[in-house]
Amino acid sequence: MSLDTLPRAMRNNHRRARPPGRRWRSRLDVKAMPYALVSPYFILFAAFGLFPLAFTLYYSLYDYDLTGTTEWAGLDNYAALLADSAFWRATLNTVSMFLLATIPQMLLALFLANALNKRLRFRLAIRMSVLLPLVTSVVAVAVVFTQLFARDWGLVNYLLGLAGVDPTNWRAERIPSWIAIATMVDWRWTGYNAIIFLAGMQTIPRDLYEAASIDGASRRRQFWQITLPMLRPTMIFVVLNSTIGGLTLFSEPMTFYNGNPDGGSQGQFQTVAMFVYKEAFREFDYGYASAAAWLLFLLILIGAAINFLFVRRIGGTK
Amino acid sequence: MLISKRRGGLAAASALAAAALAVSSCSSGSTPESSAPASSAAAEPVTIRVQTFGGGSNFGYKNAVDKWNAEHKDIQIKYENLTDQFEQQYWPQMIQWLTSGTGAGDVVGIDEGGMGLAKARTEWWADLKEYGLESRKADFPAWKWENGVAGDGKLFALGTDIGGMSICYRKDLFEKAGLPADREAVGALWPTWDEYMNVAKKFQDKVKDTKFADGTNTLYQVVLYQEAAKNGNISYFDTTNNLVVDKNPAVKTAFDFAQKMSQQGLTAKLRNFTDEWATGTQKGSFATVGCPSWMLGVVSGNAGDDGKGKWDVASVPGGGGNWGGSWLAVPKQSKHPKEAAQVADYLTQAQTEASVFTDFGNMPSNTKAQQDPAVQGAKNEFFNDAPIGEIFAKSAASLQPVFLGVKHAQVKNAIESVVQGMDDGSVPYDKAWQQLVDDAVKAAG
Repeated sequence: MSLDTLPRAMRNNHRRARPPGRRWRSRLDVKAMPYALVSPYFILFAAFGLFPLAFTLYYSLYDYDLTGTTEWAGLDNYAALLADSAFWRATLNTVSMFLLATIPQMLLALFLANALNKRLRFRLAIRMSVLLPLVTSVVAVAVVFTQLFARDWGLVNYLLGLAGVDPTNWRAERIPSWIAIATMVDWRWTGYNAIIFLAGMQTIPRDLYEAASIDGASRRRQFWQITLPMLRPTMIFVVLNSTIGGLTLFSEPMTFYNGNPDGGSQGQFQTVAMFVYKEAFREFDYGYASAAAWLLFLLILIGAAINFLFVRRIGGTK
Repeated sequence: MLISKRRGGLAAASALAAAALAVSSCSSGSTPESSAPASSAAAEPVTIRVQTFGGGSNFGYKNAVDKWNAEHKDIQIKYENLTDQFEQQYWPQMIQWLTSGTGAGDVVGIDEGGMGLAKARTEWWADLKEYGLESRKADFPAWKWENGVAGDGKLFALGTDIGGMSICYRKDLFEKAGLPADREAVGALWPTWDEYMNVAKKFQDKVKDTKFADGTNTLYQVVLYQEAAKNGNISYFDTTNNLVVDKNPAVKTAFDFAQKMSQQGLTAKLRNFTDEWATGTQKGSFATVGCPSWMLGVVSGNAGDDGKGKWDVASVPGGGGNWGGSWLAVPKQSKHPKEAAQVADYLTQAQTEASVFTDFGNMPSNTKAQQDPAVQGAKNEFFNDAPIGEIFAKSAASLQPVFLGVKHAQVKNAIESVVQGMDDGSVPYDKAWQQLVDDAVKAAG
């Protein structure tokens, strides 16, 4: 690529100016250097991305018990997983919590970004403060939320009690536990997505809005007709990112139950990532966990594809 | 400080830095550390990491470690209590460290539930015979000693504490409910578990905002260990490691009792060894909890100073039992096995185990410590000066070990999840037993 972009005259000049002995070095410089410069990423990717992928794929075909033996199992792990109600329960939990967290989060982030895009006093400070929840450690967030959503002494139950609602056992009931965890996720990630939306909004040319104002379009109309369609590329990025994050949800539900990967006494809020962790690092069934990890990977691909198709239609241009 | 060329100046600087470190790590709470290492920084002492688990004061080594560190400049103990939970967190993490060959401490605590596996994987451990610790045999009851000896004769673990059994109860709340509050009278209220349940109902009629028991799991364990002693000293596995959950009557008896307590609304529905349970201990969510000796330290640690004098200890319904108790082992990966063995030796000496009992309540397995008059006559200040020596030490000699299989930790966890699940409403009462058996089979598989 870089060779082609150099003007031919310059390249010839290059070749003539150097003595023949140095030619190979200069060629190496031009040919190999670009690859050397981009290689750190690929080396890291190979070590921490490609290798684990291949490794888990390999072991997903074995009955590999850390405390016991390793035997060839073929597709047995996958067959057992598809018949394992605990796995499906974890899948349902993950997808439900993803939807519960992501939909309100996207809307909130969008409106937050729109608000931040206006002329405000202390604009920078306000924009920065939106990011604060993200820089808080997830463990700290989880500790605080665990207390907020405690059954006996939690603030949320206290407030619900004032409204006459009976106390909820946030860790024992399935849907309340999803809501508690989705709240935790949104607290952390809404600001982050808002900032990305804001950056996207600032790339939209001003003259579009000016023209729309002259034509008499209201602010609301401008948002729906200009901002949203122009934001589509940003939205695809944000939605894909949230899909990956949401479907690999782990830390929040994990800390919500004392670091126990069971996710509730009967897996009320166990996610697939927790299921993988539990099988691998508590039951030491690495083969089974590897197979579950690959099914999670498939789940993310499907989720990402659905979202991609869905977001592409936003703005009604296609 | 860099200007000063004298060694004293530098030593003072490093002492300051070390002290600062010690202070900052102490502020994190449950990891006790000694401030002593600073003074001997120049001699580069060997640091022995002791890793344990458990709530409250856990293994109760705080004072013993401080004492050692003050007396030994060449070997410094770093005492790390990793987590409240053994099966969930500590043991899985430890197994990973042991199989990967790095990460484990120099001396590590193992709960009885992990001993089956530990014994089967002797390659993980250093042989303590090489460091002359076979001489300790006479200090322990035969079963406690034998369990630390692997099939190939390797001595890999020394006994720390044993279970024993009692009930910790809230004296002030018993008074409030119009029940006898004196420990002798309370013990007389419940010779059997049925009578315990009757007391619970009376209590619950009078007191609404505190439940009688913490949850189903603690009671289930207490009854299980008592019943195991009547059924050949086995619980989930027979001695050849076959799963016998559905065949051992001890399991069903314990389960039935826990279920009845839950159905009658006598439990606070808290899972033991969780944060909510710890908070509940402090805030008075429940009035009684099953207390093996080591649980005393957990209760007092969780309840905090405000609980002092409110809690007391009474005898347990249904006779003695032996829930819990641990061992100390030296992983083979330790870089200082000799010094680690020395520390393990020190921590299991009669004198140390006796002081742990009088300070925190963990009942010594060391028979010399059990016979120590200081132990026999020990009173626990937190529990209204309860004569814990009398309560635990008298029965200690007669305690029987319960056999726990290689997969005990996994099966125990699966069963506890069902026992807890029926209490918190996620498993219907009529389906709970079948699910318990099914999940146990799955976990053992």
